[in-house]
Amino acid sequence: MAAAARASSSWTDPRAVTAADAVRRVTLAAFRCYGQLRLEVDRGPVVLTGPNGAGKTALLEALSMLAPGRGLRRAALGDLARRKPGGEAPTPWSVAARVDAAGGEIALGTGQDPASRERRVLRIDGEKIRGQKALAERLAIAWATPEQDRLFLDGPGARRRFLDRLVLGFEPGHAAELAAYEHCQRERARLLAEGSGDDAWLSALEDGMARHGIAVAAARRAVAERLDAAAASGAGPFPAARLRMSGAVDQALASMPALAAEDRLRDALAAARAQDAAQGGAAHGPHRSDLEVRFAQKGIAAAEGSTGEQKAMVLSIVLANARALAAERGRPPLLLLDEVVAHLDRARRAAFADEIAALGAQVWLTGTDDDLFHGLRGRAQFFRILDSSVTRT
Amino acid sequence: MTGPELARLIQLLARLPGLGPRSARRAVLDLMRRREQLMLPLAEALREAAEKVVACRSCGNLDTTDPCAICADPRREPGTLVVVEDVGDLWAIERSGATRARYHVLGGVLSALDGIGPDDLDIAGLLRRVRDGAVGEVILALNATVEGQTTAHYVADRLAGLGCRVTRLAHGVPVGGELDYLDDGTLIAALKSRRSL
Repeated sequence: MAAAARASSSWTDPRAVTAADAVRRVTLAAFRCYGQLRLEVDRGPVVLTGPNGAGKTALLEALSMLAPGRGLRRAALGDLARRKPGGEAPTPWSVAARVDAAGGEIALGTGQDPASRERRVLRIDGEKIRGQKALAERLAIAWATPEQDRLFLDGPGARRRFLDRLVLGFEPGHAAELAAYEHCQRERARLLAEGSGDDAWLSALEDGMARHGIAVAAARRAVAERLDAAAASGAGPFPAARLRMSGAVDQALASMPALAAEDRLRDALAAARAQDAAQGGAAHGPHRSDLEVRFAQKGIAAAEGSTGEQKAMVLSIVLANARALAAERGRPPLLLLDEVVAHLDRARRAAFADEIAALGAQVWLTGTDDDLFHGLRGRAQFFRILDSSVTRT
Repeated sequence: MTGPELARLIQLLARLPGLGPRSARRAVLDLMRRREQLMLPLAEALREAAEKVVACRSCGNLDTTDPCAICADPRREPGTLVVVEDVGDLWAIERSGATRARYHVLGGVLSALDGIGPDDLDIAGLLRRVRDGAVGEVILALNATVEGQTTAHYVADRLAGLGCRVTRLAHGVPVGGELDYLDDGTLIAALKSRRSL
């Protein structure tokens, strides 16, 4: 008891020292349009302005490479290297940063492995890390890009993928469940296409689809609910999105225990074999669900809103995700928002600036003109990017 | 650079799992250096194994006798069969000394995308053994991968109604493992298959 008391009295909650995940210094080498860049920033929001092609998105993309995965443009590793004139082989790119992360400041480094350029190396405090989990535990990064402008016009698959990436922030096991579900789904489709009448094999695969599929659907549902609640808890008048999963599997999960929903999906798949064999794919399962988003204040589906309103819905979800992550981890994530304010009217831009300030996160924003970020004057640090050189304004 | 004899040897060794051309070249150089102590005994061992070792017609194990030593051992429990994917898994369980049961090697797992179906695995042999003998329990010791579990489900389904108990290995916390280091899926599996103390 005495030892425990002593330990707790000298223990300092690392969250109290640094409140949000924040980059303090970033160094780029041979990354996209940058030969060399070294930038030091404070903990608050960062606004990057400059003409098209100056290197704003490239800088955000470099920061996104500090997270596991392929970054915010999902580029191939080789495409990130700065091109040399005359077709000479490019130097391997690298991104290094000092970051306020969970548990204190860390030095992060990533880049193309000089030995094998198809591989990316990631280092924390000089130590090579193997699993990406170690990084995810220390630092959370979320982003929004112009590609998401079509989120509500594209098919349900794009929305499920969008949500799945957010789910991973809360349930790291989601990726494995999803992969297992899709594997069983592909195997069953192959058997049905071949006209195999092996009932036992089909039911073994349908059992896998039911178990993993319900796990996938339950995780999506839980995160959609959290985001829905977090979207409603904004600081001001910025539009709020209402989110929910819609689909037969999701309805089942709402009305019965997960194990019963598994049984129902298993039975539905078994009953639909003839139909699935004729039409291809599977008539039932979480791959039939959709993330339904509505504009709370107007009571309309997001797809029915104007371009600006759809953008506001995406941003509402991104902000809600940051709030929910902050509640989960005790500190908001690093947010990278590429060209997000251009479609918003003046009143919404002002409301958005208030949300950014209230979040307490280090948010990196890009845009062509300073005017777009009027509401953040005095509450953010402004940089001007011209021909890959960055100056504080 | 190398003569046709060495080139052929390197080429053959490089086709072994875990070896590539580079390690095959190193292995060949090492063999040449230790011709008497290693290379000739290895050649002899290879020839002998190729001539004498056969797959047991009952369980699929590899041995110089058919039925294999495990199937022929009267001290083995006749009433329990452990179903494994391949002989390597059989060896792993034998090394542990955890059971005196007999085995059945399936020779792979179901994979529609790779064109491996029930007829490519020795499932018919397993059903025959269960029908013919006094088998009270079949333990499915298949990998905890999606394919392994699909195959386990399939085999269990085929065994249903044959009057034997079908069990599978527990999934969960490894012995000596710390909870903090387990992934969510493993923890959930462990919680699901908890048991009374």
